[in-house]
Amino acid sequence: DIDDVGHKYYLELELEDVLDKDSTVNCTAEVLYHLGNKNIAPDVQFTLEGELKNADEADNIFYNRIKSLEKELVAENIPDSHGNVPPEMEPIRLLAWVASGYVIWQNSTENTKFQLAQIKHVKQVKRSDEYLEFDYMILLHDMVSQEIIPWQMTVLWHPQHGIQVTQDSRQPKHVSG
Amino acid sequence: DQVFHIVPETFQQVQHLQHLCSTLLLDLWKPQLPEDIRTGEDLHIRVPAPLVQEVKDSLDHHMISYKVLISDLQKLVDQSMPKERRSHRQVPEAYVYTQYHPMEEIYQWMTQIQKNNSELVTQHYLGKTIENQEMYYLQISQPSDKTKKIIWMDCGIHAREWISPAFCQWFVKEILQNYKSDPKISRFLQNLDLYVLPVLNIDGYIYSWEKDRLWRKNRSPHMNGTCYGTDLNRNFNSSWGSVGVSYNCSSEIFCGSGPESEPETRAVAQFIERKKNDILCYLTIHSYGQYILTPYGSTTKPPSNSEELMHVAEKAAAALMGKYGTSYKVGSTSLILYSNSGSSRDWAHMIGIPFSYTFELRDNGTYGFVLPVDQIQPTCEETM
Repeated sequence: DIDDVGHKYYLELELEDVLDKDSTVNCTAEVLYHLGNKNIAPDVQFTLEGELKNADEADNIFYNRIKSLEKELVAENIPDSHGNVPPEMEPIRLLAWVASGYVIWQNSTENTKFQLAQIKHVKQVKRSDEYLEFDYMILLHDMVSQEIIPWQMTVLWHPQHGIQVTQDSRQPKHVSG
Repeated sequence: DQVFHIVPETFQQVQHLQHLCSTLLLDLWKPQLPEDIRTGEDLHIRVPAPLVQEVKDSLDHHMISYKVLISDLQKLVDQSMPKERRSHRQVPEAYVYTQYHPMEEIYQWMTQIQKNNSELVTQHYLGKTIENQEMYYLQISQPSDKTKKIIWMDCGIHAREWISPAFCQWFVKEILQNYKSDPKISRFLQNLDLYVLPVLNIDGYIYSWEKDRLWRKNRSPHMNGTCYGTDLNRNFNSSWGSVGVSYNCSSEIFCGSGPESEPETRAVAQFIERKKNDILCYLTIHSYGQYILTPYGSTTKPPSNSEELMHVAEKAAAALMGKYGTSYKVGSTSLILYSNSGSSRDWAHMIGIPFSYTFELRDNGTYGFVLPVDQIQPTCEETM
């Protein structure tokens, strides 16, 4: 408890490489949730004890594959109802996962616990520069309220320049009959 | 899809091929594992059609020579399966427990299970859902002259948690396949009866198959049909409506118009109430999160037998972890998860059932509710 400021948490984490479960890196972090105004993202400071594995080759293979597509990529329901993800869509899913991490961070409070539930829809946006751009409609699941929240996000990515969420907005829940 | 034949010549080529296989998740036919790829030895890889060009480019770039062993895998598969086989099925298809099944198939499965195991299994009617679907549970009971205590397990109270009904079906299958040969199970059945309700929220489950995969509640209409669904796990008469709920139908945790307002809740509650003196353990299966949760959600005050409850749960979590290393957290809902009232688990304990647990199965959020089918088996095996 930090008077008049908020609540600070001290964390010790172990990061695990999604593509190589044996590869782990320790991490310490401090997270500060601000009092009062729920519209400010929590402050996060972190220190990695070690290096993250290099994914350049896989990144480049994916980048070149998308660049060489004749038509812009379009897909929906990743994973599908049975949890399937076609192998060629796996990088698209991972990209969404990383980008949703940013959206989740920006919208988290001490009373939320968000996870990416599913990619409803993804559409590649044509660009004249070297970046790849994807327009995602994702579904976030909040464990606390159990709500499924649709969220639009525009993601920019390049193997050497990394990832950016250039636009994101919460969508109204589609009320089904 | 194509199958490539490669004989790596140098260690560098081996490394590159291992890397390619793991980053593109290629299907290794020979050898089985990337770490067994060796120079001078045959390598057969299946490459999905959309990746064929880039794999070829990558091999060319690294000067690895290859031969296309199979240029059209689908054609070969189609040729190897004569059409007659598909229509003249003499041997009834065995039920696939490693797939998710729609409600119609689960109804058929229950009938079959009783038919094939009539010395042990009886199917019983519990009640009807709001949309008039019939609710059944299976009773697994070894004939005996002594009255036995009961273990009750229900699955699928929340529609989108598909791994839960999959587990109930798996559980029944495991017990019936092994009760003669497995001494643990046969001793179990000498002293206990098992009552399994494979899908509690039938309407919701069907809705999650047909309309909205992430639906949670039942399908009761409110506000003149402009809003649907009560969270059945907030609808039981355990501090109903007090905490961790919403009184608004549009919320996923809407607790209903009153305790036991929903026919599904009443069907289960009335039955358990009647049998409560013989019920030793109440289990309710959910996903996701990997927890074994003890009462209560509505208060942090511990239940009377909290030490024993925790002890058993911790042993269960340890046994579970022993199988595939999956770690489950154990504790009371209000302490380790969130506050909620009206849960079936709390209610069961409050009416006197000593051991009452909620299981939240895999995973931790990576796939969440849409758990891939290839995780059905390991999830069920470890939970057994």
